[in-house]
Amino acid sequence: MSQSAVDVPPKGGFSFDLCKRNDMLTQKGLKAPSFLKTGTTIVGLIFKDGVILGADTRATEGPIVADKNCEKIHYMAPNIYCCGAGTAADTEAVTDMVSSQLRLHRYQTSRDSRVITALTLLKKHLFSYQGHVSAALVLGGVDITGPHLHTIYPHGSTDTLPFATMGSGSLAAMSVFEAKYKEGLTRDEGIKLVAEAICSGIFNDLGSGSNVDICVITKGNKEYLRNYMEPNPRTYVSSKGYSFTKKTEVLLTKITPLLERVEITEVGEAMEE
Amino acid sequence: MTFTIPIENGDAVKIAEAESQRTLYPYVTGTSIVAIKYKDGVLMASDMGGSYGSTLRYKNIERMKAIGKHSLLGASGEISDFQEILRYLDELTLNDNMWDDGNSLGPKEIHNYLTRVMYNRRNKFNPLWNTLVLGGVKNGKSYLGMVSMIGVSFEDDHVATGFGNHLARPILRDEWHADLSFEDGVKLLEKCMRVLLYRDRSAINKLQIAKITEEGVTVSQPYSLKTFWEYSSFHNPTASAEGSW
Repeated sequence: MSQSAVDVPPKGGFSFDLCKRNDMLTQKGLKAPSFLKTGTTIVGLIFKDGVILGADTRATEGPIVADKNCEKIHYMAPNIYCCGAGTAADTEAVTDMVSSQLRLHRYQTSRDSRVITALTLLKKHLFSYQGHVSAALVLGGVDITGPHLHTIYPHGSTDTLPFATMGSGSLAAMSVFEAKYKEGLTRDEGIKLVAEAICSGIFNDLGSGSNVDICVITKGNKEYLRNYMEPNPRTYVSSKGYSFTKKTEVLLTKITPLLERVEITEVGEAMEE
Repeated sequence: MTFTIPIENGDAVKIAEAESQRTLYPYVTGTSIVAIKYKDGVLMASDMGGSYGSTLRYKNIERMKAIGKHSLLGASGEISDFQEILRYLDELTLNDNMWDDGNSLGPKEIHNYLTRVMYNRRNKFNPLWNTLVLGGVKNGKSYLGMVSMIGVSFEDDHVATGFGNHLARPILRDEWHADLSFEDGVKLLEKCMRVLLYRDRSAINKLQIAKITEEGVTVSQPYSLKTFWEYSSFHNPTASAEGSW
């Protein structure tokens, strides 16, 4: 182990210090904890006046649903939102980090953030971690240059597309988009298509489920429609609530007080030498 | 093929022979098949490509064949195993015809036969590397079923193999309904095949659609689908993001 007593500035890039220790532990039989993945369906599309992003709300930990109603559409800037698929911690951390960098940049430049700024910050970060930060993102927003939609892969490559899907349900959602997308959709048509694509992911992919979240971004305005659609309600809910039988028998009404606390202040005998 | 040769290490020879006879990986493969039941029977679509790994080697392979009078078999996966299966079915139908008693094998019987064959091969660790789709009409009842290379077999109103599972099934689940007309059925299949053409790397734009009704089987001539590439974002995608792609 290196004895660095002096404050050496970090060299940048991934720190592989703990890899040897992790290897040793797995050899000794320790199973690494499985990540909280968002096995997901996230989509985005460009319509006439801007961008619509959509996401499902299920977070999985292996075969178990860890969170039935998580939020996968993250805030980046007032005019930019980002959907995240992959490891939940990675998507949260990376979008939070770039969001705060964008805000500082806005203070410095006194201008609204541009989507390509967020894009470049994200792809630089992800590339430097060589794919170990498992975040697959759909970034969308409207800035001074118009509406933009990008996908960012964990290794740092990006695409600029009119419609995009990511996550385990991406094929189910993409089949809906490829069959039904046209240019110049109106707001309502766009929302309907996005909801259809997310529902396709929810019902045909096991890693996606629960509700549909939608975010509509236009010039100067954004609408975050949390739980826009809830196609998986609890089927059997008792309308009366839980009712216990009225006749609860009283067995005993006797109150036994605790003993009073007594302080003993005797003078003890002196200890023998 | 395996007659006993009296050698010292006879067992080793036999084992070596056995090892080399098992199917380990597929070589020339066909991609997905999509099939639906419609008003008069069953419609099945497949493209005509045979890939050799990542090369598109053969572009004129018919992956759907009529079996007897009542059935249509489509296969994805290893092409040579498909041809072997056709030979087995030929023998089966020949034997059946030799009885000459007016009976003929229907789709349900053929599906059962194929399930037994596939499952037994899988148990010997020597599978026929195919996913088969069997459709047919007999006595007015239409039948559509599927058998995979490990012997999983079931019947349904619409089936898809390979990539079609991920890309075509969601569309079929949403838009299939009973009593589709022929035109609507073809449109639905073309919708699925177009998505597969865009998003499956081993698909080619040369497809056939086969129809089976009470009257018999017809396989269409090969034709291609129209594709659309004129989105404005495709013309200059990085106009606003200099340096990315």
